[in-house]
Amino acid sequence: MNTLHIIGGAVSILGALFLLLASIGLIRMPDVYNRMQAGTKATTFGTIMFLAGIGIASPGWIPKLIVLVVFIVLTNPISSHILARAAHFAGVPLADRSVTDKLAEHRQKAGDK
Amino acid sequence: MADLLFIIAGSIAILAGLLGLIRFVIGPTLPDRVVAFDVLTIISISVISLIAHLAGRVIYLDAAIVYGLLSFLGVIVVARYVERGL
Amino acid sequence: MSFFLVLTVVLCAVMLGSAGMALYHKNLAATVIAAGLVSLVASIIYLILAAPDVAMTEAAIGSGLSTVMFFYVLKRVRGGENG
Repeated sequence: MNTLHIIGGAVSILGALFLLLASIGLIRMPDVYNRMQAGTKATTFGTIMFLAGIGIASPGWIPKLIVLVVFIVLTNPISSHILARAAHFAGVPLADRSVTDKLAEHRQKAGDK
Repeated sequence: MADLLFIIAGSIAILAGLLGLIRFVIGPTLPDRVVAFDVLTIISISVISLIAHLAGRVIYLDAAIVYGLLSFLGVIVVARYVERGL
Repeated sequence: MSFFLVLTVVLCAVMLGSAGMALYHKNLAATVIAAGLVSLVASIIYLILAAPDVAMTEAAIGSGLSTVMFFYVLKRVRGGENG
């Protein structure tokens, strides 16, 4: 019982460190799309680790936690993708350091035809 | 002792939420704020699960499920607004 | 449970700050999202106060439905005042 609590706490601290990493990336990244990448992938993994730690510590809650994890894994990339597409269509500029923009090339090519 | 590790994890998650709030305040465009709002929602799902563990009540996880659903809905609505409106 | 006390104080500070942002920011869409953040944080505070049903209702109405309706209205009235 106590050992499970300690293992779950360690896993939860690892997940919380990923959440902290996501927030640092959210502050330091140069434009919207990089921030979106940092803010979506790291938080998805961090939340899965956090909920896994809680599930290790209290095993009776695992079905509901699995529902929560499946929901986060399904919805978080979709919302990020839709938001990135909308931001690109609305004309939010890329950073100066970015080297390629395939969606703009594709839209330009589709507009020429 | 056993809950101390969870309290440390919750403190780190709260610190992450405060850092995300900085981007929410200074974000120059609307998609920046929406990304920060999404990150804050996911961090608060973690914090709600932690509160459920510390309080020992499984019913609190239902609120976290509602949070996940509504974060998705809100981001979709704002994305539609950004794409058609601006 | 002094962790819950510290958490409540921090969340109340965040709630006050985002409510101020919702009142005084220039961009209308940012104020709508800040108002959504207020009810997000209020919902966590209700959860700490051991009221999960109120927290669920607050999250559904405040953070979901009112944000959707505000953006719908904002799309309709755009170009009117300063949006």
